[in-house]
Amino acid sequence: MSDTVELPDLANELVSLAHENEQIEVCVSRNRSTTVKAYSGEVESIRSGKSEAVGIRVIVDGQQGFATAGSLDRRVLSQVVEEARGNLQFAESDPHQGVASPDGVDSPDLDLVDPAVLHMSEEQKSSLAIELERRCLSADPRVSSVRTAAWSDGWGEFALASTTGISIYSEGGSCSVGVQPLAVEGNETQIGYAGDAARRPDSLDIDRVVTEAVEGATGMLGATKPISERLTVVLEPGVAAAFLGTIAGALTGDRVIKGRSPFAERLGEQVGASMLTLFDDPTNIDSLGADNHDGEGLAARKNMIIEKGVLAQFLHNSYTGRRVGVSSTGSAVRGPRSTPSVGVHALCLDPGTGDRDALFEKVVNGIFVRGVNGLHSGVNPVSGDFSVGAYGHKIRDGALAEPFSEATIASTLQRMLLDVVAIGGDFEFLPGGSGMASIAIEDVALSGM
Amino acid sequence: MSNGGEWAEIFVEDRQSASADFDEARVEAMASSRDLGAGIRVTVGDITGFAHTSDLTTNGLFEAAQAAAAVAKGGSQVKPIVLDGNGLAESSARILPESVSKTRKVELLEQTNDAARAENAAISQVNVRYSEGRRRILVANTDGLFNADDQTRTLLSVNCVATGDQGLQTGRETVGYTVGFELFEEHDVEAMARRAAARAVTKLAARPAPSGQLPVVIERGGGGVLFHEACGHGLEADLVNKGASVFRDRVGELVAAPSVTLVDDGTMGIEWGTVAIDDEGCPTQRNVLIEDGILTDYMWDHLRSRSAGRPASGNGRRQSYQHLPMVRMTNTFVTNGEAEPQDIITDTKNGVYVAQLGGGQVNTATGDFVFGMTEAYLIENGEITVPLREGNLIGNGPEVLQNIEVIGNDFAMGSPGTCGKDGQGVPVGDGQPTLRVAALTIGGTAS
Repeated sequence: MSDTVELPDLANELVSLAHENEQIEVCVSRNRSTTVKAYSGEVESIRSGKSEAVGIRVIVDGQQGFATAGSLDRRVLSQVVEEARGNLQFAESDPHQGVASPDGVDSPDLDLVDPAVLHMSEEQKSSLAIELERRCLSADPRVSSVRTAAWSDGWGEFALASTTGISIYSEGGSCSVGVQPLAVEGNETQIGYAGDAARRPDSLDIDRVVTEAVEGATGMLGATKPISERLTVVLEPGVAAAFLGTIAGALTGDRVIKGRSPFAERLGEQVGASMLTLFDDPTNIDSLGADNHDGEGLAARKNMIIEKGVLAQFLHNSYTGRRVGVSSTGSAVRGPRSTPSVGVHALCLDPGTGDRDALFEKVVNGIFVRGVNGLHSGVNPVSGDFSVGAYGHKIRDGALAEPFSEATIASTLQRMLLDVVAIGGDFEFLPGGSGMASIAIEDVALSGM
Repeated sequence: MSNGGEWAEIFVEDRQSASADFDEARVEAMASSRDLGAGIRVTVGDITGFAHTSDLTTNGLFEAAQAAAAVAKGGSQVKPIVLDGNGLAESSARILPESVSKTRKVELLEQTNDAARAENAAISQVNVRYSEGRRRILVANTDGLFNADDQTRTLLSVNCVATGDQGLQTGRETVGYTVGFELFEEHDVEAMARRAAARAVTKLAARPAPSGQLPVVIERGGGGVLFHEACGHGLEADLVNKGASVFRDRVGELVAAPSVTLVDDGTMGIEWGTVAIDDEGCPTQRNVLIEDGILTDYMWDHLRSRSAGRPASGNGRRQSYQHLPMVRMTNTFVTNGEAEPQDIITDTKNGVYVAQLGGGQVNTATGDFVFGMTEAYLIENGEITVPLREGNLIGNGPEVLQNIEVIGNDFAMGSPGTCGKDGQGVPVGDGQPTLRVAALTIGGTAS
């Protein structure tokens, strides 16, 4: 039905419906996706689907209304415009409210369209999922079964247009695999997980996924509850991403303006150890978070956040920027189903040198945290309190030792930044788009027995 | 079905929702959203094919059906199906929120905001969020099932920030039920706002929580999430079947203290997890999972109950028409014991009193689970004393169930929640009387 309409044309057509005093911004998208799961050497399920979405903001005299729908059907689209108009009357007027205006910054002009993923047949996807399961089972005799072995891919188109003359279009896809092997020894079962994501199927590192997932399960066999003590924790890159992602969230204009950031008054101050440099870089094509534009259609750009431990700047979209009298940093994030918020696209950490073992040697005694849970329940980005469930391995005499589980690690976000004592050279881009390395943080409370 | 699929189902969903955010003492944005679509599922043996579409024309549905049936290779039997049911449903709302003026909703936000700000001068920021959602579903399958439901949920939450010498603290309260706008006839939003504000202010004086194992008393209604995580997920048949649950092969065994009876009940009044039918068209019911400490049953969806040759339990749920259903909880709770709640506190020499828990997470394979305490106090010599800063608690499900020492007689349901599993979120409720666990690890920083 709507497959035949070009998305930029559709977006611009809707923008042209704007009344004289109105600002309108239209986001439209079309996506398709497939997920294949394997179990017991066979395909367990194949899920595929197409989805469409539209999100429209209408602003009159600083009053904003928003409406969205999961369809690009023309009758629905005109209803959505009317809904957004209906909603705006109830919002309070805010002189800073408005859609983004072109700011003259050039987009990085990355070529993100790689059709390789579109050329995969269903049979190829199925055999990859089955192969993933089989390889985990044969990697170690203690792997008894695999809870999920899955292949996923998606392809999407996105267009945004507004009355300020912004009109952008993007298209692209990605694929991913994920696997959860179960390792059994005696009465004990441990579950591992690993995954990878890439723009092209041949960029997926299946060998590494299998090794990591299996070691994640078997390596935890025999884990015990550790003694409570203060020590140095080494966060593996995925855990570092979760920790630093929370920090980045507290450094967005939205939180700062609304008094919800513990770092609100600290621009230009030393908030972290001097070895810590954190930035957002969607212009690096090696990251899956790379993009030419942000969620308001402004050029994506590299933004320093913390430089050598000093708080360099807060991230802004056009609204939060106007509120504090600075330009947008191109940090609007959103899909068509929501209004633009502020966030990172591809959060990166400047790595240290040497491999992971070299990092453990620096720590001497501590723990290596392979995974955390309860980030949503135990981290308060407003107060800065940080307490999460953790599992991994002890580090003794500078080397990995026995596994531990059923423990928590706790500190505050503010202290942890200052307590970074080493950063690994094991930099990698994670499936979520961030570029991370292991980091060592001292004086963290480990709670166990 | 002409492609020879063994069993097929169509799920149609029409979802309308609206929300309003009140922040910095003004309405920031009002938003509305509409989704209409269908998911078609075909199973052949143990293989499932599924396709979803927002195109509900004959062509769109046919295309989705073909994509779903692609897993069914060979065979071409077409058999006519008689649908049993009328596809009609009663709304869970007395006053449909969409029939209420937006002006009234804005008044509600203002009233809540004003009450929170008036509670204490230390309150520096208040966010109030109103949301309403109506979800109409229709399910038909080749067994002849044809059922519908009309689910309306309404929710108001308030988040306060208090500023003190030691920095910022937060307090949150939420009221939400499977009802329409009549919610606000029965619930005093101002009282709720004052509770959220008081919570933030109290925490300004909070001390770092202890680090290590201590007895933990959980206030009624504040900690049903403990059971949701400690054993609820582990009793979902899909995880059990794949060996990813510590409760596998344990039906009939004593898995908890004999005072523990755990129920999952999708029919429970207007609670947040209540639905008339699950997302496979199966009527919900009261399922006793643990009775007097003995594991009695798991929770089941269509696929898992069919392969086990037993009836489903009304626990097949999905986030939307774009998702495959799987085994999910509804309202999960522990029933009343006999102890007086005050005695439970008095009998605790030293420990932690948790008045409100946040979310949680579990590794079902090991049973290790965490949950956050958003309002907690020290218990010293049988008395509740100083407030504690936020943190997670960690425990092991099977151990914690055995370590429940005493259960109160003051059952209450807790706040509305969203349970996440394999990337899908569904509304759930939980509840419990005041109770004490002999030992949990407190994830604080104080020695």
